[in-house]
Amino acid sequence: METPATTEVLAGWGGTAPSAAGVVRPTSVDELAGALDDPPERGVIARGLGRCYGDEAQNAGGRVVDTTAVSGIVDLDLRQGVCTAAAGTSLEDLMRWLVPLGWFVPVTPGTRFVTVGGAIANDIHGKNHHKGGSWCNHVSALTLRLPGGDTVRVTPDSDPDLFWATAGGLGLTGIILDATFDLHPIETSRLLVDTDRTPDLDATLALMDESDDEYPYSVAWIDLMKTGAGMGRSILGRGAFAPLDALPAKDRTPGRARAFSPSTRATFPPLAPNGLINPLTVTAFNELWYRKAPKRRRGELQTITTFFHPLDMVERWNRVYGPVGFLQWQFVVPFGEEQTLRRIISALCDEGCTSFLAVLKRFGAANPGPLSFPLPGWTLALDIPAGPSSLARLIDRLDDEVVAAGGRLYLAKDSRVRPELLEAMYPRLDEWRAVRARVDPDGVLRSDLARRLGL
Amino acid sequence: MRDAVGGVQSVLVLGGTSEIALATVRRMVDQGCRTVLLAARNPDDCLAAAAAVREAGATTVDTLAFDALDTASHGTVIDEAFTRHGDLDVVLLAFGVLGDQAEFEADPAKAVAAVQVNYVGAVSAGLHVARNLRRQGHGTLVVLSSVAGERVRKTNFVYGSSKAGLDGFAQGLGDSLVGTGASVLVVRPGFVHTRMTEGMEPAPLSTTPEVVAEAVTDGLAKGQAVVWAPAPLRLVMSGLRHLPRPLWRKASERG
Ligand SMILES: Cc1cc2nc3c(=O)[nH]c(=O)nc-3n(C[C@H](O)[C@H](O)[C@H](O)COP(=O)(O)OP(=O)(O)OC[C@H]3O[C@@H](n4cnc5c(N)ncnc54)[C@H](O)[C@@H]3O)c2cc1C
Ligand SMILES: NC(=O)c1ccc[n+]([C@@H]2O[C@H](COP(=O)([O-])OP(=O)(O)OC[C@H]3O[C@@H](n4cnc5c(N)ncnc54)[C@H](OP(=O)(O)O)[C@@H]3O)[C@@H](O)[C@H]2O)c1
Repeated sequence: METPATTEVLAGWGGTAPSAAGVVRPTSVDELAGALDDPPERGVIARGLGRCYGDEAQNAGGRVVDTTAVSGIVDLDLRQGVCTAAAGTSLEDLMRWLVPLGWFVPVTPGTRFVTVGGAIANDIHGKNHHKGGSWCNHVSALTLRLPGGDTVRVTPDSDPDLFWATAGGLGLTGIILDATFDLHPIETSRLLVDTDRTPDLDATLALMDESDDEYPYSVAWIDLMKTGAGMGRSILGRGAFAPLDALPAKDRTPGRARAFSPSTRATFPPLAPNGLINPLTVTAFNELWYRKAPKRRRGELQTITTFFHPLDMVERWNRVYGPVGFLQWQFVVPFGEEQTLRRIISALCDEGCTSFLAVLKRFGAANPGPLSFPLPGWTLALDIPAGPSSLARLIDRLDDEVVAAGGRLYLAKDSRVRPELLEAMYPRLDEWRAVRARVDPDGVLRSDLARRLGL
Repeated sequence: MRDAVGGVQSVLVLGGTSEIALATVRRMVDQGCRTVLLAARNPDDCLAAAAAVREAGATTVDTLAFDALDTASHGTVIDEAFTRHGDLDVVLLAFGVLGDQAEFEADPAKAVAAVQVNYVGAVSAGLHVARNLRRQGHGTLVVLSSVAGERVRKTNFVYGSSKAGLDGFAQGLGDSLVGTGASVLVVRPGFVHTRMTEGMEPAPLSTTPEVVAEAVTDGLAKGQAVVWAPAPLRLVMSGLRHLPRPLWRKASERG
């Protein structure tokens, strides 16, 4: 351990359940690997950009390894579109470097401010899951530092158990030092987007079922404040990267066609009063959002930020929820469980659940990761203000419905699920535990989430 | 570990027979708390409560011996509580004695004993708990103070002053823990109907252990540093605190 630790209080993006740990900030791959040596009694966990919502990137009373200074491209094959990047590299940086060269990351979540390590540890998904799967489907190798001092290069063939236990493995199988992943070729940095406004849930699901496969990227924003006949009304935004000839002639030079210079427009001030989010403001916001969308629009050119990362335009937008913070609840239920989906949405609407537009998406095939979240079906994600409320009880009850339907929650977003449900949600948990016991017999890798859920 | 909606997974009660504490524990178990440790002078006095919380859903329930007056043992007892079943999300410091003002005045030794429980014992236990919370990097010490300490009355100034001392200690401790992941929640109940106040004439805004319990769990969920039970007492006391002394003497005439 070369870098000194400073005691810091850390929380996830939701700002709930903070805890203190000794934080180290390695600045080289060697230092990052060394951060697992001489572990303190309460263990070690890696942390990227802290964009998980809950407590998986914190380790009360132990050591937290901030990886973000270990950043950069290690190897780049521009012919094949294969990139090796250090674990602390952000997707934001990757896009800044690679988009002008005609390549895009294989998967992007709703924010660019996540690291390559975090992308693997949660096996993140994006708008292209129905076609392209999740992040780890595109990883061909990763370098993993194990407790005990070994550094191993793991591929899906060399040690499939360890590879897939690390995919979505919540940072609990080792510290990822770097990873090699495929890139997606693009001619421009713009997307051709089709927008459809649907009047209710049936129409939303039908339209997605019918034509999602025509688009590489698809997601629906669903208005949970709308009750009654219009319940489940949504705005579908679906698209694909635009070919060069879709741009206006003046934008077709390589410099302009693949320009990528996102800027944040505003920073949300700290310490928002807790009352800012209330049913009235949210209903008004959602109404406006829904109305401002066209009923049907075809082939609109949008930037990467507008299409993939609208929230990144306001830095620290999580502050809108005030010091008590908020949580996100994201579940998936298999295809065929549309009635469960409907019951859950209706229960949330009835409760007057104060949520900004929630996100609904159709997932494609799952990958072999025992803790990887996506499975073929419908996933819904919504933000909920934290603190004491009747919602906690409702969500507890809805968890049971999700489990009964053969679905599960996304642990990257979780900060409250009852631990006893985990096994039912992730039936291959024991398989994962066995791999973990093999590579970390002394339980050096630990996080608040691991303690909370008894992993 | 605590969750995002204020739920706690484990709690230790110092003063494991206190009615206010047990109402709070019941509420926590109802909200998903699974590990409950009850510490009391005579642990067997906690067996019925232990069985009840197990019945209510707690899976790890244990009792241990703890005497507020035996400060020399506090370090060992509290360290043991922190290691026996893993992390503790909340420690409820609930022990206390009300005593009788007239008796205290007649026999100062009795006053000393009460103050030793309410203040000295609490300082000792509180510091040992804080040391463990700091090491753990998370967790909240909940201290049962009292409105009686907010402005001390002539009719129970021994008890009141012990709670005033405790309240100041708890606030200072809370401030000292900022940045460590640990915290302190100071709870200021008014007159609560428990065996402590049995037979006494209820003061205005008198309340129940369940109301105090709710104030505690809500306070934890919101990350508050001080809660009052019932909540309106806060306003009442902010008025009474600034009452001129002669008026305060009159106002505090009753028990
Ligand atoms: C606005 C917003 C939108 C989002 N949208 C989506 C979405 O659409 N789809 C989706 O899947 N997710 C989404 N997320 C969640 C986010 O993608 C994941 O939580 C992601 O893992 C965060 O990456 P991070 O670098 O911030 O990691 P952190 O949050 O810091 O850590 C997350 C996990 O990764 C582990 N980890 C980090 N680095 C390493 C390493 N080097 N070695 C081993 N383990 C490591 C940590 O231990 C922890 O378990 C969103 C989050 C936000 C805030
Ligand atoms: N009731 C009220 O109106 C009121 C108002 C404000 C504040 N409070 C405070 O709230 C707390 C709980 O009170 P309560 O109303 O729940 O009364 P309670 O039921 O009488 O509880 C008092 C507790 O203190 C314990 N105790 C006393 N001496 C002790 C010692 N030497 N060592 C260890 N434990 C000891 C008792 O344990 P045993 O069973 O061993 O005696 C009992 O568990 C007290 O601190 C009290 O001052 C009460």
